Amino acid sequence: MTRTLTPHDVDAVPEPTRLATGERGGLPGVRSAADAPPSPDELRDDQVDGLELSARLAKTWGTDKGLIGALSTVDHKIIGRRYIVTAIIFLFLGGLSAVAMRLQLAQPENELIGPDLYNQLFTMHGTTMMFLFGVPIGEAFAVYLVPLMVGTRNIAFPRLNAFSYYVYLFGGAMIWVAFMLNIGPDVGWFAYVPLSGPEFSPGKRADFWAQMITFTEVAGIAVAISVIVTVFKLRAPGMTLDRIPLFVWAELVNSFVIVFALPAVVTASAMLILDRLVGTHFFNPAEGGDALLYQHLFWFFGHPEVYIIFLPATGWVSAIVVTFARRQAFGYIALVLSLIATGFLSFGLWVHHMFTAGLPQLGASFFTASSMLIAIPNGIQIFCWIATLWDGRPIFRTPLLFIIGFFFIFVAGGLSGIMLASVPLDSQVHDTFFVVAHFHYVLIGGNVFPLLAAVYYWFPKFTGRMMSERIGIWHFGLAFIGFNVAFFPMHITGLMGMPRRVYTYLPEMGWGNLNLISTIGAVIFFASFVLFLYNLASSARRGPMAGPNPWDAGTLEWAAASPPLPQNFDRIPVVTNREPLWANRDSLPVVTGLSVDNREQIVSTITHGRADLRESTPEPSIWPFIAAVATAILFIGSMFTPWAVVWGSLPLAVALIGWFWPKMSTEDER
Amino acid sequence: MRRISSILLLLCLPLAGCQGWQSALDVHGPAASSLARMFWIFVAVLATVWVLTMAALLLSLRRRRAADADPLVTDPGTERRMTITISAAIGLTLVIVVSLTGLSYAAQKVLFAHKDGTLTLLITGHQWWWQVTYEDPQPNRVFTTANEIHIPVGEPVLIKLESSDVIHSFWIPNLTGKMDAITGRQNQIQIQADRPGIYRGQCAEFCGLQHAHMGLLVVAESKEDFERWRNHQISSAIPPSDAEHQRGMEIFLSKPCIMCHQIRGTDAGGKTAPDLTHVGSRRYIAAGTLETTRGNIAAWIVDPHGIKPGVDMPTIQLEPNEVQPLASYLEGLK
Repeated sequence: MTRTLTPHDVDAVPEPTRLATGERGGLPGVRSAADAPPSPDELRDDQVDGLELSARLAKTWGTDKGLIGALSTVDHKIIGRRYIVTAIIFLFLGGLSAVAMRLQLAQPENELIGPDLYNQLFTMHGTTMMFLFGVPIGEAFAVYLVPLMVGTRNIAFPRLNAFSYYVYLFGGAMIWVAFMLNIGPDVGWFAYVPLSGPEFSPGKRADFWAQMITFTEVAGIAVAISVIVTVFKLRAPGMTLDRIPLFVWAELVNSFVIVFALPAVVTASAMLILDRLVGTHFFNPAEGGDALLYQHLFWFFGHPEVYIIFLPATGWVSAIVVTFARRQAFGYIALVLSLIATGFLSFGLWVHHMFTAGLPQLGASFFTASSMLIAIPNGIQIFCWIATLWDGRPIFRTPLLFIIGFFFIFVAGGLSGIMLASVPLDSQVHDTFFVVAHFHYVLIGGNVFPLLAAVYYWFPKFTGRMMSERIGIWHFGLAFIGFNVAFFPMHITGLMGMPRRVYTYLPEMGWGNLNLISTIGAVIFFASFVLFLYNLASSARRGPMAGPNPWDAGTLEWAAASPPLPQNFDRIPVVTNREPLWANRDSLPVVTGLSVDNREQIVSTITHGRADLRESTPEPSIWPFIAAVATAILFIGSMFTPWAVVWGSLPLAVALIGWFWPKMSTEDER
Repeated sequence: MRRISSILLLLCLPLAGCQGWQSALDVHGPAASSLARMFWIFVAVLATVWVLTMAALLLSLRRRRAADADPLVTDPGTERRMTITISAAIGLTLVIVVSLTGLSYAAQKVLFAHKDGTLTLLITGHQWWWQVTYEDPQPNRVFTTANEIHIPVGEPVLIKLESSDVIHSFWIPNLTGKMDAITGRQNQIQIQADRPGIYRGQCAEFCGLQHAHMGLLVVAESKEDFERWRNHQISSAIPPSDAEHQRGMEIFLSKPCIMCHQIRGTDAGGKTAPDLTHVGSRRYIAAGTLETTRGNIAAWIVDPHGIKPGVDMPTIQLEPNEVQPLASYLEGLK
């Protein structure tokens, strides 16, 4: 590092031609570890070519066969696929519990489901949808797609990523097993104290809820850290900040929101567990605790949670709108800044969940203003997407249909949210079916419709086969109609005075017909998901072959094979445009010089995406799985005795020692 | 044409349902009517925004580019026009958002302003019923009832809200918005009815197994009727007038009923369950669940858990011939 940098250097972008000839990236004239001469006994990717290179890399980056191999894998695509499938299974479980509730509410004084089961059902529905589907599905897509989209071979901290999946799986399985054993939580998905406290919820039900939170939040934060580091440090050379795909930006902002929001709910649930297990009285007013404190902690997480669910969806929308409008995104900078603004603002809204808790009026009205203000960044995004379509040449395939459905539903949900932001209006509709209607418009409109679009869009990348368009159109039609028939009437039921979370209602309330319509809609909506499942299953086996880029899209994941080989790319691409595949239609410029026989990745600089280092990334290992099992034993044990924290930490310590045992190889010296 | 009008009729059907004794849009008090007015203003503004946005979306779906156009090439003129349009739309959004915030704040100041009234109630939420205490400077005019409130028309009534167990939420949609009753705190809300009538409310914050059956009634009546009612409620229970009622009272007093319930003027002095001194005068029993009839009272005593599973009221062992006099006595407590 002997030369001073000039502004020209800082703006310099690695020249593809130079890079392609084997000279590695970085600042001209500045030496970095990547410039070290390759050792003569190590095969590098400029020394072999074609199929041989592919095959050798696939062997280096591959996952061993057998159960141990499957549990040891650190391949982000395998973990990501498991994450996506698991989250969608939880979506179906949550949906089934919703259908059961709708059947119970179809008529007044129905006796299909009693209050005990009903309360478990809506708690499981909310908990599953928020913690086991909503948060993980966005992260799941990030795990699979972010490394591909930024042009690298694996996610950062791949073992942490593997660990996080198992922890998530165990937490989700635990709470559903508890539900099957009729000890499922029955205190609602936000488990307000004192109802969830030791006095009013004896037994283990509320503990399962609180401990499930611990599981999923540990998993969520771990993935978020992996994603942040991947986006910051593992981008392909040339991917400057303003060439990062919008999907990746969305996942990056989302990961930051996760890192800052989830600790609040972990705190809340840990204090709840302590109150229940060792009698700490954090939330017990009789002993100087405070019931409202719980609500503040929970919603300080709970509102960003809505954006944790929505932000990845904006990434799906951006990717799909651009591809199917056949035009680069209009207002890229505005879209990125909106994402960041949404991320920040999401932390300033939580009190609007507590407008009826008797807070001081002036303080509450401040949160009216901040809640309404978030309409601005969201409005910018909606308008920019519409402008992109406006100046494009829209191609009406299933993914775009679901995105159009997203616009109709999500904008309606966002606008009814403006009503809830008003303290006086909220005092009427808070905790009624109006709110139920509102947040299903926001969450199903803002997450599930984009998700379905995303599944149709990336299914060819995941499996190598296309999904059926014909079934896709039927799926969309049924879903759109079913959703609106189910949820629109709930606005009216709520205004007519029906509170949420009631297992039945009197015939003289006059809510029967509207509830029946909602139930019919729910059944149609569920039928659309059965069709979706059939489409997934049949297309995975018989769908037409996709090829690497069936939609003629512009981002890097479409440069990899479908499904991608373990190494993602034979040679790391060099990015010269926001839509690399549209800018370089003939062949993508690449960098060379990475090891073929070792797991090496390019570490690049944060802002300019210059190749900086060659860094080895971890080999597969069984220790993350063992550590997750030990974590599960500790967490589940601690619901029954505080001593589990003591004896449970021993296997966990062993697992972590095994995990972090120094590698007896030369990778650190290379 | 007939088909269109029948479809329109069908669409209006749900709106007709907005009439109702627990509807936020069927207003009977000044607060609820200003809230409903504000609701419709919000609906009008926001529905317009939605329609315009969707119209823009549908128009944007026309194909404006040539089939072979390079997706990366943009026309500077189009870019500029779109930037101006979007900036204008954002500006308009900001104006709308700020106006609605201002409207909301103005309404909030009027709605939650303290109005002077003469009547103060302390309402305590219990799992799953409402305890109502009419406060009075004269201690002998303080009395307690349950699940049914009477108020004089045209007068603001101050309600203090507390909870004895978990969080509940007090909500009479016809009159005003809701307010939580939070453990360890006291919240306040004012209600006022413009016309005589019976308005229903129910707990709005999930409070456990029988959250669905935690209703209460507000009976708004003229000042004279209200005073008459209040004076009657202050008085002790009417002594049994005939042999059957007498026997009913004896059964009541000899059973565990007295552990929880109070009937002023008798030895029954329990305070953990609804005061039954004038239970026969209330329109509903079991917190808005069953109409007060002799049959329903009997059914409730015999099988409370069949009607409200999980309720704190135990099933009392009664001989078959004890049910009738007991129900009859309680129904007679007008």
